[in-house]
Amino acid sequence: MGKSRIWRRALVIMIFYGALIAALQQLLTPKYMEEIFEGALIAEYYAAEKDHDVLFIGDCEVYENFSPITLFEEFGLTSYIRGGPQQLIWQSYYLLEDTLRYEKPDIVVFNVLAMQYGEPQSEAYNRLNLDGMALSPAKVKAVLASMLPEESFWSYFLPLLRYHDRWRELAPEDFAFFFQRAAASHNGFMMRSDVKPVGRIPAGAMLEDYALAPVCFDYLDRMRELCGASGMELVLIKAPTIWPHWYPEWDRQIRDYAERYGLLYINFLDNMENIGLDLAVDTYDAGLHLNLAGAEKLTRYFGAALRARGDWPDRRADPALRAVWAEKARRYEEHRAAQLREIEEYGQVRSFRVP
Amino acid sequence: MLFTSFSFLFFLALLLLAYYGLGGGRQWRILLAGSLIFYAFSGWRNLLYIGATIVSSFIATTRMANLLERQETYLAEHRLSAAESKSYRRRVKRQRLRWLIASLAVNLGILAVVKYTGFAADNLARLLQPPGVVWETGGLHFLLPMGLSFYTFQVVGYTIDMYRSKTPETTERSVFRLALFVSFFPQIIQGPISRWADLKQTLFTPRRFCADDFSAGLLRALFGLGKKLLVADRLLAAVRTLTAEPEEFYGVYVLVAVFLYAVTLYADFTGGIDMTIGIARMFGVRVTENFRRPFYSASIAEYWRRWHITMGTWFRDYLFYPLSLSRPLTRLGESGVKLLGKYWGRRLPVWGATMVTWLATGVWHGASWNFVVWGGLNGVVILISQELIPLYKSFHARWAFSNTRFYHAFQVLRTFWLMCFIRSFDIYAGVGLTCRMLLSVAARFDGGRFAAAGLSPLGLTAADYVIALLAVGGMILAGRVGAAGAESRPAALPARLALCGALAVMTLVFGAYGPGYDARQFIYNRF
Repeated sequence: MGKSRIWRRALVIMIFYGALIAALQQLLTPKYMEEIFEGALIAEYYAAEKDHDVLFIGDCEVYENFSPITLFEEFGLTSYIRGGPQQLIWQSYYLLEDTLRYEKPDIVVFNVLAMQYGEPQSEAYNRLNLDGMALSPAKVKAVLASMLPEESFWSYFLPLLRYHDRWRELAPEDFAFFFQRAAASHNGFMMRSDVKPVGRIPAGAMLEDYALAPVCFDYLDRMRELCGASGMELVLIKAPTIWPHWYPEWDRQIRDYAERYGLLYINFLDNMENIGLDLAVDTYDAGLHLNLAGAEKLTRYFGAALRARGDWPDRRADPALRAVWAEKARRYEEHRAAQLREIEEYGQVRSFRVP
Repeated sequence: MLFTSFSFLFFLALLLLAYYGLGGGRQWRILLAGSLIFYAFSGWRNLLYIGATIVSSFIATTRMANLLERQETYLAEHRLSAAESKSYRRRVKRQRLRWLIASLAVNLGILAVVKYTGFAADNLARLLQPPGVVWETGGLHFLLPMGLSFYTFQVVGYTIDMYRSKTPETTERSVFRLALFVSFFPQIIQGPISRWADLKQTLFTPRRFCADDFSAGLLRALFGLGKKLLVADRLLAAVRTLTAEPEEFYGVYVLVAVFLYAVTLYADFTGGIDMTIGIARMFGVRVTENFRRPFYSASIAEYWRRWHITMGTWFRDYLFYPLSLSRPLTRLGESGVKLLGKYWGRRLPVWGATMVTWLATGVWHGASWNFVVWGGLNGVVILISQELIPLYKSFHARWAFSNTRFYHAFQVLRTFWLMCFIRSFDIYAGVGLTCRMLLSVAARFDGGRFAAAGLSPLGLTAADYVIALLAVGGMILAGRVGAAGAESRPAALPARLALCGALAVMTLVFGAYGPGYDARQFIYNRF
């Protein structure tokens, strides 16, 4: 056999195994289409259109509590939520950096609950926030900042190394969503229409030290500087969910920070009545997160606050954009209707994915 | 840096690029730099230990070579009588011996202090401490520098070879080249214990990239990785469960433990050696083979000729032979002849040398009484086998069935299980516990418990056992192919790459690594 023929064959073999490894990785990586839907959120952004006035970053208090559809329909502001479960501030920061590779929103909204965590917390949450990030320097930095000692850096870039053992638990969803995944959110918003009222408001446990970690303020500084350098307004918020406990001491530190740098900080916990929130009907899990009704109320209040804050154009005037968002709204309403139907029929929500 | 880690893969890729990219006379220097960086990853302080070993052995061997050189010059320049010449040579030999002893004192001294001080202190404390008082000896337990036992033996072998050498040219005159011989990274973790004469043939030769060599090396390394991740690390979890709870897993489960440990240790150690040989070959360096299908041995002596071959030959060449010919054992033989007669008297030095060698082998494996007993048992079984050779011969001559394949299979099985029982001293904590566990096989066999629960309490699923079983089948098949001389008739490059890909994919998907598994160093690294 001639040398060039040998090398051609060798190349074919290498391509074959490369493709096989890629296919196995695709098969074995969790799809988050039947449970833990939050895991699908971060990756969804890359398929969305990249023209947003408002970018939300933070933990579940953003992706469960704000409705981009309401924000557009009622205030003409396009928005996307790049939230993830227990998203740590450095993850939010690097997601912001990552987003800037595609677009430059006018407003960046950061939920400050993550300021309570000065250290990486768990591999599971790291995965839910970082696995979906596209390969970029921001992802590398986010992984390095988030990794626990027992984690493998490389496995964030070749997830097969992390999930190779899932052959034991392959489910129909792994095959059904092999080529394409369904949407789990409406521009990053996870819809829940069910209701579980707040029964008891637990008191916050006493802490030894109420000082928020310096590393969190470092990242907040970086976030503020990045927004300043890119001409974006940074808005700090604390969502109106009553648990985990938000201590007045923490609130004071954030308020002082916002005052020092002239940032808008809204603690929605102080504005529950004005928002019109009733925790007997506006939460689906006894106060941890708002349900759809609560999220829409909060979004209306926040939209009004943003409109009062600045003179951002009303994007509803753009017919092309209006058409895009009308389609989004149609799917949103369909989803809402499906969930309400399920609540009536089964007493619980079953359609977590966007139909 | 674990061989099985991605950091190592990254390191290896960079080193290969530099090695073949820069090429020429710089290649061995690149290997040296890579080896030292690799070693520094185990803790930069460890570089001091290996540095001391390299420098001390370099000084000693070059001084010995200088003395030899001077002797040759002197004898050439001076016409001495035979007696004068002999006396002069003896004087030089004594000087050279001093350098040898000094070098051995430094290198074996480091090994003794670092590896055995804690063990010695524990035993002294146990002997001397007053009743009711416990002396703390924790501070005397040193952390072992990576590969200490392996590189020390390698350098000691080199130093003795240079002492025995009749020509000064065989001695390495560059401390850096010697440093590479001692620290060559693929083999520093767990050997093989290479000889200078073998390794220097390929270690320093400049070479261009050879796809055949590279792919053969890659295939061998992937095969080793597969053994480690598909079999060893998977089954080790079960072995640990079995040995961590001896009260729970007695009787029949002891048999399960020693059997699984045999498979685990084999897969782990040979897997590591395959990786060593494969990685070295990717750089074009040929490293000595360390195994020849040891589980096919029909006797313990044969087993040790096929398992960890380089360690066995090291002890044979540098301890057993010199000891057998040493003055104290020769005298013992002479006294024995007088006391016990010719036959038994002549056997005494052999017994003495064998037992000392095996006890030393045990102690080399680890600083604990378990390994002393382990070494002693090996020695005793080998000696008994040797003494029974005449009996075996007459048995084989009388009974035709003893020359059949069936009987050979029985011998192989017998040797396998005998080694399993001896090896049990390697897996249970303490000699007393090991003996109790072995006794429980006879006293509390409890086969019913195994029949009811099987392997399920060991923490592995049925799928794990199936994977391990298939992988072991693959190992056996590959062993047979290797024994049939596949190495001398290498497959074509595309076929080899196809096999590499298949191995890589299987190991990647079915390997026991990541969350739920400990990232483990090779078992032999602790020796």
